[in-house]
Amino acid sequence: MSQNQEVEKKDRPESEMATIYIMGKPYEVPSELTIMQAQEYAGYRLIRGVGCRGGYCGACTTIYRKKDDYKLYIDLACQTKVEDGMYLVQLPFVPARKPEWDLDELEATSEEVIRIFPEITRCVSCNTCTQACPQNLEPMRAIQAIRRGDLEKAADLSFDCISCGACSARCPAEITHYHVFQLVRRLYGKYIQPKAEHVTQRVSEIEEGQYDDQMDELIELPEDRIRELFLDVRAGNEFSLDQNGGEE
Amino acid sequence: MTDPYPEHMMESVRRVNATRDERKDMEFDRIPEEESDELLRQWHPDYRKSDPAFFRELAIGPAKGKVVPTEVANVLEAYPRVDPADVDLSEVEYSTELLVIGTGGAGLSAILWANNEGIAMEDILVSTALRLGDSNSKMSQGGIQACDGEDDSPMIHWLDVLSGGHWTNDRPLARDLVEKGPLAIKWLESLGATFDKEQDGDMQLLMAGGASRKRIHSCKDYTGLELTRVLMDEALSRDVNTLEFCPTVSLLTDGSGAVAGGLLWNMETEEYHVVRSKATVIATGGFGRLHVAGFPTTNHYAATCDGLVSAYRVGADIIHMQSTQYHPTGAAYPEQIVGLLVTEKCRSMGAQLVNDDGEAFIYPLEPRDVESAAELKEIGEGRGITTPTGQDGIWLDTPMIDEKRGEGALEDGLAAIYRLFTRFGIDPTEYPVLVHPTLHYQNGGIAINRETQVVKPDGSPIENLFASGETTGGVHGDNRLMGNSWLEIVVFGRKSGISAAKHAKKAKMPKKSDLSLAHLDRYSKELEKAGIETERRTPIILPNYLGQNTMKATGYGKEKPFKRRLDLFA
Ligand SMILES: Cc1cc2nc3c(=O)[nH]c(=O)nc-3n(C[C@H](O)[C@H](O)[C@H](O)COP(=O)(O)OP(=O)(O)OC[C@H]3O[C@@H](n4cnc5c(N)ncnc54)[C@H](O)[C@@H]3O)c2cc1C
Ligand code: SF4
Ligand code: SF4
Ligand code: FES
Repeated sequence: MSQNQEVEKKDRPESEMATIYIMGKPYEVPSELTIMQAQEYAGYRLIRGVGCRGGYCGACTTIYRKKDDYKLYIDLACQTKVEDGMYLVQLPFVPARKPEWDLDELEATSEEVIRIFPEITRCVSCNTCTQACPQNLEPMRAIQAIRRGDLEKAADLSFDCISCGACSARCPAEITHYHVFQLVRRLYGKYIQPKAEHVTQRVSEIEEGQYDDQMDELIELPEDRIRELFLDVRAGNEFSLDQNGGEE
Repeated sequence: MTDPYPEHMMESVRRVNATRDERKDMEFDRIPEEESDELLRQWHPDYRKSDPAFFRELAIGPAKGKVVPTEVANVLEAYPRVDPADVDLSEVEYSTELLVIGTGGAGLSAILWANNEGIAMEDILVSTALRLGDSNSKMSQGGIQACDGEDDSPMIHWLDVLSGGHWTNDRPLARDLVEKGPLAIKWLESLGATFDKEQDGDMQLLMAGGASRKRIHSCKDYTGLELTRVLMDEALSRDVNTLEFCPTVSLLTDGSGAVAGGLLWNMETEEYHVVRSKATVIATGGFGRLHVAGFPTTNHYAATCDGLVSAYRVGADIIHMQSTQYHPTGAAYPEQIVGLLVTEKCRSMGAQLVNDDGEAFIYPLEPRDVESAAELKEIGEGRGITTPTGQDGIWLDTPMIDEKRGEGALEDGLAAIYRLFTRFGIDPTEYPVLVHPTLHYQNGGIAINRETQVVKPDGSPIENLFASGETTGGVHGDNRLMGNSWLEIVVFGRKSGISAAKHAKKAKMPKKSDLSLAHLDRYSKELEKAGIETERRTPIILPNYLGQNTMKATGYGKEKPFKRRLDLFA
C-alpha cells in the first residue's frame, strides 16, 4: 500500500484550483471537476438538477457567464468542466405543457402536429434554440422540417434530444421543442416507418404454441445436455432436440 | 495545439506512440485457461469471496449465510433510515390500488400494463427517486434482444441466456423472458418507438457478445433513451400520477406480514407520505452507485440498491447477488466522464490495451472479466497511469484503429466515442484514451416467481408485493448478456403490472389501523442481537459525493483495493 502511495505522489501533481460562483457565492474548487462535481465539492447536496450524471437525461441544464464575457452559455453540468470565473445558475427544469394524446387517434401529418402545437407556426427562425442546445442538435431545422411536412427529417434531426429544455427556455415563440419532437418521433415510428413483419410473424407462432412442446422438453433437460445443445446451435446448426432430425 | 493530457500523462502517451508501429502487426496469443483462472483469482473482485474488504456473509435476515459484496452487506446490515417512532401512520395521504416504485423501463412498463389490465390511471400512484424516467434504462445504448430473426427461435435464445448465466439461471423465468421477447418488440413498435430498420421494415439485427444468433434490436446508439422516452410519453399522455423526488424509504406491512403500501420521503420538504395500497411493485433498478469494490460506475445517480433493502426487511429472499458485472472499458479520464462506457467495439476494431510503458499486455478480446482483471493487474503492479484526480487507468490505444483500417475508420464506426472525447479536447484518432473497469450491472437481486411475486426463502410469496427489472435476480443467473436486460424490464415489467393489477382487483384495501412499521423494529432488534453496531442508515436513496468525497480515492480494505471506493455513509 505505502509503495503505491509513493508512486502516486511522485506522478500526481496537486490539482489546480478554480474559483466559481454558485448563485453568486464564490467557491474554490479543483479545476478538473465538472460543474456538477464542483457543486458537490462546494457542499451542495444535489437532489434536483441531476439524474444520469452521464449526459443522457437532460436534468442538469446549467446557465453560466464567464468573467469578462457578455455571452450567456448553456451546458450540461455533468458534462462540462469548470472554468475559473464561472458564474453558475441551475435550471431545475424548464416548465412545459405536455398535451395528452392518444397516438391511435392521430394522423402522421404536420397538420396534426401543428393542431396540437400551434405555436410552431410562430417560429421566427432566430436559431436561438440551436445555439442553446448542449447536444449540438439543430432544433430550428427540425421545427422547420415539421412546417414543411417532413416528419421523417424532424424525427431524425431530433433523435439525440435529451429533453433538457435549454432550447425551450430561450425560444421567443415559446415552443416546447422536446414535447413536439417526441410527438413527431412517435408518429414517425408508428405510422411512417414500415412495420417489421418478421416480428409479428414470430409473435403469432409463439402465441399459437408452435414452440411449446420443444420448450417444455428443453427446460427439463440435464445441464450437460443443455450445454451440448448450446454448442450445437452456436456452431450454426438448427435447433433440434432429436439427434435424428425429427420435426414437429 | 495544446496537449490534451497533463504533462505526466503525456510522457506516457509518448511511450505509447513510440511502440505503436511495432504493436501494429503483433499477434496476440489467447491466454491459456489456467493463466486466466489465476488472473481472475488474483485480481477480479468476484473471486475474493474470503476477503472481508470485498465479500461477507450476511449475518441476519432471510438470506442469512449467503455471501454478498461487502457494500451490499453494508446496506442490508444497516439500521432503517426511518425511525418508526417519527412516523404517524394514522395520517394516510394516499390510498391507491397500486403503488409502483421506480420509473425506469420496468416501472414504466408496469404502470402501462396495469392500466391496460383495467386499473384506472388515477388509481396508480408512482414513487420515484428523481424525475419521471431518470434511470439506467435511459442510459443504455446498445440494444434489446428478442428472438424474431429468421434463423432464431425461443429455444435458441433460451440456450444463449443459460450459457451467459453459466447455467445457473432460473429456467422458467428465462423461458418467460425469451418467449415474450418478440411481443415486447411489437408492443414498443406499436407505441411508436423508432428502431433501426431496413427499407422494408425488417429490423437490422445485430449480434450480442455471447449470443449465437443476431438478435439485438437497436435505436442508433441511444436505444434506452428512445425506448424510455416513448414509455414516458405514453404514461404522461395517460396522465400518470407520479411523485417525483419522493423515493420510497420503507414498505408498510399489516399485522400478518403482508405488504400494505409504502412510506415515501419528500426529499425537498423532508416530509413523509403514507401510502396504502392493495398491491405494490418494486422496480428500483440496480446498485452501481454503491461503487462495489471501489469501482466507478456507468449507473445513474439513484442506483443505490434501495428496493432490495426494503424488500429484504419484509422477508424477501435474494439470489445471485454474489456476482457483479464490470465492464473493462469505462472512461478514466477526464474526470467529467469517469466510469462512462467506452464500447467494446473499439477493441473489436483494433484498439489495444496498453500500459504506462507502452506495452500491450493482453489479447484485446478476452471475456470481459478476464480483460478487467488484466487491467487491474497492470495497475496493481504499478504499470497503470494515475490522473490528477487520483483515478488509475490503462491506455486504450484508439489511434491504432485508423492505423489499421485507414483514416476515418474511427470517426465512421465509433461516432459516439469520438464525440465523447472530442467534447473534452481529446481526439481519439490522435491520442489514446484512458480506461478502467467500471461497475455496470447487478446480476442478482430480489427473488421472484413467474408471476413476479416477491418470494421468501421457502418460495412462498410475500402477500401484495411484486418486483421486476434489475432489482430482481434469477433470470440472468450469474451473468447477463448484453441486450437481455432491456428485454427483461419490458417483459417482466409488463408481467408485474398485469399480476399486480389482477391481484389488486381481488384484494381488499388494508385497514388504516393495520398499517405498521413493526417489521423495521424487528429488523433493528435482529441487528442488535447480531451485535451489529453501526451508524449506517438505509436505503441510501442518493450517494454522498459532498466535499472532498467528490474526489475521494481511498479504500477501506486492508490492501489498497481499487480507486474510488466512496464511503457512502460519510
Ligand atoms: C450505461 C448503461 C448502458 C446499458 N446498456 C444496455 C444495453 O445496451 N442493453 C441492455 O439490455 N441493457 C443495458 N444496460 C442495463 C439496463 O439499462 C438496465 O439494467 C435496466 O435499464 C434496468 O431497468 P430498471 O427499470 O430495472 O431500473 P432503472 O432503469 O435503473 O430504474 C430504476 C428506477 O427506480 C428509481 N428509484 C431508485 N431508488 C428508488 C427509491 N428508493 N424509491 C423510488 N424510486 C427509486 C430510479 O430513480 C429509477 O427511476 C445498460 C445500463 C447502463 C447503466
Ligand atoms: S433540442 Fe432542446 S431539449 Fe433537446 S437536447 Fe437540444 S436543447 Fe435540449
Ligand atoms: S428559438 Fe424558437 S423561434 Fe427561434 S428558431 Fe428556435 S424554434 Fe424558432
Ligand atoms: S445529469 Fe443527466 S444529462 Fe447531466
